[in-house]
Order: sequence, then structure tokens, then C-alpha cells
Amino acid sequence: MTLLLGALTIGLILSLLALGIYISYRVFDIADITVDGSITFGAAICAVLIVNRVNPLLATLAGFAGGVVAGTVTGILQAKFKINPLLSGILVMTGLYSVNLHVMGKSNIPLLSAESLTVWAEHVGQSWFGGAEVNLGGWMVSTRDLVTLLTVVAVIVTACLGLYWFFRTELGTAMRASGDNPQMIRALGVNVERYRIMGLALSNGLVGIAGALLAQYQGFADAQMGIGMVVWGLASVIIGESLTGSRSLGLAIFGAVAGSILFRLLVAIALRWGLNPNDLKLVTALFVFAALVLPRLLQQRKRPVAAPLGSS
Amino acid sequence: MLTVQNIYKTFNAGTANEVRPLRGVSLDIPEGAFLVILGGNGSGKSTLLNAIAGTFPLDNGEIHLAGQNVTRWQEHRRARLIGRVFQNPFTGTAPNMSIAENFALAIRRGQARGLGWALTKNLMNELRDRVKELRMGLEDRLGNAIGSLSGGQRQALTLLMATCLKPALLLLDEHTAALDPKSADQIIRVTEEVIKRYKLTTLMVTHSMQQAVNLGDRILMMHRGSVAYRFEGADKQRLRVEDLLARFEELRRREMLDDSVATLLQEAYI
Repeated sequence: MTLLLGALTIGLILSLLALGIYISYRVFDIADITVDGSITFGAAICAVLIVNRVNPLLATLAGFAGGVVAGTVTGILQAKFKINPLLSGILVMTGLYSVNLHVMGKSNIPLLSAESLTVWAEHVGQSWFGGAEVNLGGWMVSTRDLVTLLTVVAVIVTACLGLYWFFRTELGTAMRASGDNPQMIRALGVNVERYRIMGLALSNGLVGIAGALLAQYQGFADAQMGIGMVVWGLASVIIGESLTGSRSLGLAIFGAVAGSILFRLLVAIALRWGLNPNDLKLVTALFVFAALVLPRLLQQRKRPVAAPLGSS
Repeated sequence: MLTVQNIYKTFNAGTANEVRPLRGVSLDIPEGAFLVILGGNGSGKSTLLNAIAGTFPLDNGEIHLAGQNVTRWQEHRRARLIGRVFQNPFTGTAPNMSIAENFALAIRRGQARGLGWALTKNLMNELRDRVKELRMGLEDRLGNAIGSLSGGQRQALTLLMATCLKPALLLLDEHTAALDPKSADQIIRVTEEVIKRYKLTTLMVTHSMQQAVNLGDRILMMHRGSVAYRFEGADKQRLRVEDLLARFEELRRREMLDDSVATLLQEAYI
């Protein structure tokens, strides 16, 4: 049960990453590797602030702001300096590695004794349920973990509703169109470059929150924690799409969250069954590769069957 | 209303791929005019339209529209004054978004976009009425993605989108060229209706001489990046397809003469 709760919580936290990737990958069709740096950036800023006794909620928001800045820089490199999107992401990600070390002052900040959201959750859990553990359908569950999970659920629901609302406003609709057909929306008076910057800022802002929450949940921020996160997010988005089978906005947002949770659960099960943690990133990469290639291969398989019918 | 003064454009200047699609083009049309621009391949007719839309900066010359000097305005800024329909039906609409959403984008053309709902009840009602006038049965499919429609249907919707906020200038860039003959006729009919009803100032590029004869109140024939002939008023009304063909033939012969003279000179002097 503790394992399930943990997997759920991490899956939910990383669904913010998946939502960010959804914006860059599906709305703007960019594989934005900035997230590898911005998730760490969000975590580093948040951790440093919490260690310095800043309110954890404010610290989390600061993580969001950090992500926004990182995304804005990538956006400017792409839109103003016309640098290839993939390369822009690589440049910012690489630069952020040093920035993160400077922010943290060392490669790792532990938060175990600091006043983070999980510590707050522990207090709340104590006062709500009157103890460190509570009986949940036959299982004894740590109230700290339960309150943390509920808090994260609240954050994700807010983020999803916010995104759904935003993408249906005049501004958000125009942003989606900037990804769907830039030439068309430019002819309708939209500065596509500016919208692209805004989109990447929003995307990385969400990733920054994911980093801030992740650091507080796992109890440390680490300079290496962002490696491979973009692939993780892509996997979540792709799983989400196959779950919902739809490109409609609401289902796509829901799918990204569901995909992230499912993916984390699969990983937890695989690790339980004895998958070497060192192989995790390789397996993730292979998974995304398969998800990208398999649909095309399946289609090619079908064609020879159809050809004789057409020719006869 | 629209004044184009002696504009020049060279692409890939100084390279082997250098092209000079605009070599001193001028035109001046009053409000409510409907100008048809004719020309062969590479005559610069589409480039002229793109220059007016602001797709690229000019090398020389000025463009004035609705009393403003728009020469240095970027494309998205000029969109406040200009509605456009493109040759490719895929260019004018966002394929993965619904008919209603596309229309919601167009109704804010050139204006600030805020955080209000894109699809309001008023908008949906207005849209349903407008789309009904197309008589394509699309009014019941407003929630469908535009990518699922045919080229003709998309082009008709693009035309509605370009004109739903009355533009100071409507630019039509061979907007029936990629359609089958039946859809093309339908789009031309809708085009005429819309232009007449809203008294739109229009520039239409076409390579169909029949369209040029039937539509508009003036014709501009382009050749090699400059204006070869202009027809206006009674001249335009009297004009037949045969007359236009004769002018094209004349241009072709003059060009051949140019070429042969050039070879002659080359042989003589080099």
C-alpha cells in the first residue's frame, strides 16, 4: 500500500512535467529538452528557499517562476535568434546545469529537517486523523503520505482545470493555433514568435513546479535529478494518448496525467520484480522508441493485405 | 485607399538563385475597387500580393493602406487591415481545431486577445447563421475539426473567416486554383456574394482569364516583375478572353525577341 501510495504521488507530481511536455510537444511540436534543466532549476530554487525558512508554498511558486524564466530563454533563442528548437533546448539545459550548481552552492541539498510541504502534511495529518497512521480499507497508511497525496491531487486538479480553461480562452486558442498553423494565425494578426515564447514559458513553469514538489517529496534537490526527464514526459504523453485515443483538449490533458501515473506504476512494479534501477532510463528510452515506431510498422503490415484486393 | 509606389524585391541577392520578382511595381486603387491580377508563372503576381500582406520586407518603395504608411509594419500588424485567402486550402485554417474555434480566431483578427472564453454563445449563433449561407450543410458540424473537411469547404470557410470582420482590403491568392472545377465555381460564387454585400476592396490573383473577364472592375497584367497592361472602366467591361490571350501572345513574342536579340549580341560580342 505504501508502495502504491508512493507511486501514485510521484506519478501525480510528474504529471505536471507531462502537462508541460504536452504543451511543447503536442501544441508546438517541439521536443523541448529544456525540461531536463528546468525541473532541476525548480527543485534547486525551492530547496534553497525552504532551507532558508521561506514558506514552502512560496518556495514552490518560486520554482514555477524559475521554470518560466528557463522556458522564456529557450523561446527567445528559437523565436528571436532563429536557433533550431532542439538546439535551443540543449543550450539552455546545458547552461542551467551550472546555474543550478550555483543556486544550490553544492550538488545536493537535503530537506529532511526543513519545513517543507511534507513536514506540513505530517502536522496536518496528525491533527486530522489524530495519529501517525490511519486505517484505510484495511491497510495502515501513514497520514503524512496520505495528506501529501491529497495536497498533490489538489495541485494537479487545479493545474488541469487552469490549463483547460486557458486553452479555451481567446489567448489560449490563438496559442494552440500558433502551433497548429503558424501561417494562418499570423494572417489573423497574431505575433507567432511571442506566443511560442509564452507557450514554452508556461510549459517549463509547470515543469518547475514538478521539480519543486518532487524535491520536497523525496527530501532533497540534486543537480542530476533532471537527466532523462524529457523522455519520461514524452512517454507519459504518448501513453495518455493511447489511453484516451483522442486529441480533444480535455481528454488530452486528462490523458497526460493518467499516462504519467500509469507509467510510474509500471515502473514501480518493474522495479519490484527486480528490474535493475540502472536500466530504468534505457528501458524508458526503448519504450518511447517503440511507441513512436510501432504504429507506423503496424500500418505497413496491413498494406500488403489490402493491395491484392485493390489490384484485382 | 491602397497605394503601392514603385516597389522592388530581390530574393537571394548575389547568389546563383537570385530572383527579382518585383521590379518597380506601382498601383493605386480606390475604396470598393475589385482588381484582378493576371500573369504567367513567375510574373510576380503572388509576390506582389505577399508584399502587400507584409510577408517580407521590401528593398525599395512604399505601401500605403487606408491612409497609413504600412511599409514597415510586420505581417501580423497589417492583419488588422487585411483579410486573406490562400491558394492552398490547408494554409488558411488550423486543421486540428474545430470550425467554431477557427472562426473564433478570425473574429479577433488584428485585435488584442484576452482571457475571455473564445467560444461565446453570441459567436456560435452568428457563426451558425453565416455558415448556413454557404449552403454546404456545415452549420451542424461546427464542432468538427476543420482537417476533416474537403478543400472546397475549407476554402469557403477561410473566405468567411477573412471577411467576418470587415477588412479594409481582401487579398485572394489564386484561391480556386487547387480546387476541382465544381468547387471552384462554388467558391467564385461565394466570393462575388461576399464582396458585393460588404463592398470590399479586393485584390485577386488568378491565372484563369475567364475569371478575370467575369469578375472585378479592373485588371492588372504582370510580366517579369512589372506591370505590362492595365484595363479599367469601359475598357475592362469590353474585354474578352480573346483580347487577353492576344496580349499574352504579344508578351511572349516580345520575350522571344528579347532572347534572340540577347543571343545575337552574345554571339557577336563574346
